[in-house]
Amino acid sequence: MPLTVRSGRDSPAGPAPAGAPRATRLRVRHLALALALLLAVTLLSVLLGAADLGWQRVVGELVAQVTGGTSPLSEREAAILWQLRVPRVVLACLVGAALAVSGAAFQGVFRNPLADPYLLGAAAGAGLAATIVVAAAPGTLDWVIGPLQLAAFCGALSGVVLSWVLGRTAGHGTGTLILAGVAVSAFLTAGQTFVQQLNTDSLRQIYSWVLGGLTTTGWREVLLVLPYVVAASSVLCLCARLLDVLGVGDEEATALGVRPGRVRLAVLLAASLATAAAVSAAGLIGFVGIVVPHLVRLLVAGSYRVVVPLSLVGGAIFLAAADMIARTAMSPAQLPIGVVTAFAGAPFFVLVLRTRGRA
Amino acid sequence: MSGLRAVDISAGYRGRPVLRAVDAEVPAGGWLGVIGPNGAGKSTLLKTLAGLLPHEGTVTVDGTSIDGLRPRQRARVLGYAPQTPEPPTGLTVTDYVLLGRSPYLPPLGREGRSDLRVVAEVLARLDLAGMATRPLATLSGGERQRAVLARVLAQQPRVLLLDEPTTGLDVGHAQALLELVDRLRREDGVTVVTTLHDLTLAAQYADRLVFLVDGAVTASGAPGEVLTQARVAEHYQASVAVLTSDGSRIVAPVRHAGPRPAPG
Repeated sequence: MPLTVRSGRDSPAGPAPAGAPRATRLRVRHLALALALLLAVTLLSVLLGAADLGWQRVVGELVAQVTGGTSPLSEREAAILWQLRVPRVVLACLVGAALAVSGAAFQGVFRNPLADPYLLGAAAGAGLAATIVVAAAPGTLDWVIGPLQLAAFCGALSGVVLSWVLGRTAGHGTGTLILAGVAVSAFLTAGQTFVQQLNTDSLRQIYSWVLGGLTTTGWREVLLVLPYVVAASSVLCLCARLLDVLGVGDEEATALGVRPGRVRLAVLLAASLATAAAVSAAGLIGFVGIVVPHLVRLLVAGSYRVVVPLSLVGGAIFLAAADMIARTAMSPAQLPIGVVTAFAGAPFFVLVLRTRGRA
Repeated sequence: MSGLRAVDISAGYRGRPVLRAVDAEVPAGGWLGVIGPNGAGKSTLLKTLAGLLPHEGTVTVDGTSIDGLRPRQRARVLGYAPQTPEPPTGLTVTDYVLLGRSPYLPPLGREGRSDLRVVAEVLARLDLAGMATRPLATLSGGERQRAVLARVLAQQPRVLLLDEPTTGLDVGHAQALLELVDRLRREDGVTVVTTLHDLTLAAQYADRLVFLVDGAVTASGAPGEVLTQARVAEHYQASVAVLTSDGSRIVAPVRHAGPRPAPG
């Protein structure tokens, strides 16, 4: 059935007519602005650190690397910069991007603004599974595809599915899923503590990891995380339009020719993979998945075509900045990064809760 | 036969049967109204016609069975709007109406110019062009119902299945929306099936009615034949007067003086 054109303003064959509606799309200027901010934050983060290399001399080293000139840094200082500080900043960006994009994905799939890998039990599930592997098979932690990654992925997925199933049996409200997630998280975290107590010799190491840490970092961790984050983010960016369709509810999505079950499965797998990669590299870091997607919604637009890609960049910015604060605020001591994100994120969570309550 | 035809439809939810051997039929370009008391299975019938519930029996559109169609193909034939649509927060009117182009896109595809053009036409026809960039959450009830209708029209379906399209609208806005649907029907030849609570509006706009009671058809035909005082009083357990004005039935509630008679 062709729709008849009522007015003569539209030309059927020409370009979109003047005054035609504009769909919400990722605009180049928003992406460029976000990338510029990311560059600025990572640069600043590389310049500052516990070992005082002097920011002018770090700049000198960077310039020397680009131009091939002589560096003001000694060999040992250059090693601190390139083998410790830079990979740590890069890892912070990857972990932040993974947590933020999986937060956005969980929010879309569950149609729940408060969904987040930390609150849904995904992070706790990955944490428990990873702790078991750390305790039981410490020799396998270097493998790119090893028991650690597999266990963390299964743990993350199990955590989310458990929260979802429990939430469904109790009702359909926004809060029900989160309450179920909190219960599942508490249970899984208790399990993790139990496993730690059974392995007190490695307790100290695991404890700092649970609070969220990027401390023991070289390029090794970056390479362990990168492929998973790239794969998961690609899937999620491809599914962004379908997340908008899911926003109308399963029934209407089906009536629009979309199969909600398949979309949900693909997105849950990808988001759990991203969460697992982030957790197995940096432990439990909360609130990134809540803060970043909501800031994107507030500042730019609510369509997942915008929220998903900008959450990737925004998550990287947020966690690189949080890590910078964690490293420098009480220098030379380091704050666990999870403390910094919780300080910023918990009040924000309350803010989101309040606005949703009014709507 | 062209148009929509449902034969011997039985359907329900998880082992709880709701519809029993329902037949319904409407010629192409016609308007079928589904009426009946609460819980009679009106919404279930619409969902079944939309292919959203497993069912027995056959549904054909223009002589072709739609039961075996894939979801995307079916969504090009049938447009469905539920009784209480849940418009997603955060989308603009344009984004929302653009979702109606999903049946024409591959699952991971994105919309092109032609899709935006269809949306522009639909927005213009439904007087929504002025609010194309507004967030859905800022629309009034009447505007939101029109946006939902716009999304369904963007599917360019041959049959519109609208479940209580006037829910939450006052009588003026309800009339405006139904007039709009009627105009689309006459201009495009699209077939309309609606459930309607308001029997007077149902009689005025639909050219055929199906009267459901307990999941079965108790009467069907022209509104004048279906809406009798005895039938409405019996099945709705209501005190009503059925009047006729300008050839159309008007169902008016009547309150008897003194204590109400016990229902039944």
